[in-house]
Amino acid sequence: MNTMLKIIKYELRDVIRSKWILIYFGFLFLITEGMFQFSGSSSKVLLSLLNIVLILIPIITISYGIIYMYSSREFTEMLLAQPIKRKTLFSGLYSGLALPLSIAYLFGIGIPFIYHGVDEVSQFPVLIILMLSGVALTFVFTSLAVLISLSSEDKVKGLGIGIFVWLFMAVVYDGALLFGSYLLSEYPLEKPMIAVTILNPIDLARILLMLKFDISALMGYTGAVFKKFFGGPLGMLLSSGMLMLWIIIPCLIGKRIFVRKDF
Amino acid sequence: MKIIFQINIIILLIITFRHTNLEAKDIIIDKSGAITSIKQALGLCQNGDRLIIKKGYYKERDIEINKSVQITGEDFPVVDAEFKSGLFHIKADDVRIEGLIIKNTAMSFVAEYAGIKIDSAKNCIIKGNKILYNYFGVYIAFGADCKIEDNIIVGRQSKSETTSGNGVHLWYSKNITISNNKISNQRDGIYLEFSQNSAIDNNISENNLRYGLHFMFSHRCVYNGNTFRNNVGGVAVMYTKYIHMYNNKFENNWGPASYGLLLKDITDSEIKYNLFHENSTAIYLENSVRLLIEHNNITDNGWALKIKSNSTDNDFVNNNFINNTFDVATGSKRNYVTFRKNYWSKYSGYDLNRDGYGDVPYKPVGLFSAIVENNSPAMILLRSLFIQILEVAEKIVPSITPVDLEDESPLMRSVR
Repeated sequence: MNTMLKIIKYELRDVIRSKWILIYFGFLFLITEGMFQFSGSSSKVLLSLLNIVLILIPIITISYGIIYMYSSREFTEMLLAQPIKRKTLFSGLYSGLALPLSIAYLFGIGIPFIYHGVDEVSQFPVLIILMLSGVALTFVFTSLAVLISLSSEDKVKGLGIGIFVWLFMAVVYDGALLFGSYLLSEYPLEKPMIAVTILNPIDLARILLMLKFDISALMGYTGAVFKKFFGGPLGMLLSSGMLMLWIIIPCLIGKRIFVRKDF
Repeated sequence: MKIIFQINIIILLIITFRHTNLEAKDIIIDKSGAITSIKQALGLCQNGDRLIIKKGYYKERDIEINKSVQITGEDFPVVDAEFKSGLFHIKADDVRIEGLIIKNTAMSFVAEYAGIKIDSAKNCIIKGNKILYNYFGVYIAFGADCKIEDNIIVGRQSKSETTSGNGVHLWYSKNITISNNKISNQRDGIYLEFSQNSAIDNNISENNLRYGLHFMFSHRCVYNGNTFRNNVGGVAVMYTKYIHMYNNKFENNWGPASYGLLLKDITDSEIKYNLFHENSTAIYLENSVRLLIEHNNITDNGWALKIKSNSTDNDFVNNNFINNTFDVATGSKRNYVTFRKNYWSKYSGYDLNRDGYGDVPYKPVGLFSAIVENNSPAMILLRSLFIQILEVAEKIVPSITPVDLEDESPLMRSVR
């Protein structure tokens, strides 16, 4: 545990020194602040942040994670020569990546909200859900980044796979879903749609946020089915459970590879 | 001689009038007094008398009022029909009922049992009563010039629409004023059929089993300052001309078939200065023609407008469309309504000449709203990146959405 903390500490310093994380923080901060300046109402800012969370966090996390993993390879190899357990080293590496990204995100969008505040108390839970789902997505895509970078030796290939994974989850998957729903439009599709969307972490985060933003539209006939499922305790449990699985499973596979890998 | 005769007649007339006035008397109904029931008092009274009901509990039913009397309650006496029949049945003009608690009329599929039923009478006033747990609250058939004011009307907690009646029900009536009432838990809060020239002002109609307000064939009525909220079906109005709806609030009407305001076969009407907030669909138009919809605030709804293409010549001017999930949905590729000078919170155009109007027209029908219209399970893809990409493509090259449905001069700032 102690060695792991040390590794995290070192990595944190390294990550900050490389300045990318600061740029990420500055970027989020400026965007949020800028939206406050231009739109003036916190409800609009929250709505625009929804897109940031769903689109930018996954792509930035996965590409940064992959690049970082490759570029810190020599350092990893150096540490492997030390009497440190591989599992500890892996946990350190993973946390050292996911934590700064999450912190940069939380502070980047959180600080403007601290001094601008929200217009209505009812928007507060929306902000919380926004932050939580952003952090969850950061962890999911860090797991994927670690897994991808460990399973491929070639840096360019790894980055390519990473971007493809993002593109697949953010765009292709939903496109296929829409196409499928047209093909099978004769059938009652509400429940199968729930089952399919629950498999995609970006969709999961999107639905959790949608339940907060578009509640009126979701009270329509079909929307009501989704609302009932995802708004209810079973749906909440299942969707947050699924997000956890998306964090844990790639991470465990990555760990397995890391432990057995011949560096 | 002739003049003296005329004067005599005038004096005689004055005396007779004074005489009748003097004869108008107060009859006191008291559980511990000489007259203990309303029916008994009605047997004794004459036109113009005043019946004062002292505080108490009066178990009565089918009280028929054939004389023009005022019935006034002191400290809200309770008149209870014990779910056996109807209560007040007014058949005379100029009747006034005030300050009573009127409750527990029976449910029936055959008779319209009501707390107060006015049948073919004029100039009646129903004021400041608590009309509780009745089948119908106030029922007016073939009435005219009546006023229903300041009442609290609460229906029974009925599960189904069929076993519940309407709060205020008008049938073939005219010039009725319904104002400042609070109506809840009925089937329809306010229901008008074949009733014309009436004014419905400042009522609150909420938590009803079906519609907050419902009318058919009721021309030339004015609705001002009412609040309709949390009704299962919202507000639905049909087959009517010359409606004026001003300053009303339509709020939180949520559900698959729930509309802030459903307009079916409505023509030549004005809907102005209303607020539509958090409804599944704010306004639904079907076969509605020549409507002027102006200065409304339409905020946080699922769909701001659903317009069927048989609705033509409607004019949407100076409305605020703010934070609606979908602005406009329509079933057709053609457009027969006009949008001018509205504010759309989703508008992202620019205003180079600084005249306050955007230089690029705003297209309120999105691709996704068209998709959802045909393929409702696709709703789960709302706000997906894929959908947003399609949306942008559709904006550049419209293929599914109506090309000419647009606001050519969208406002840059919301209308006050």
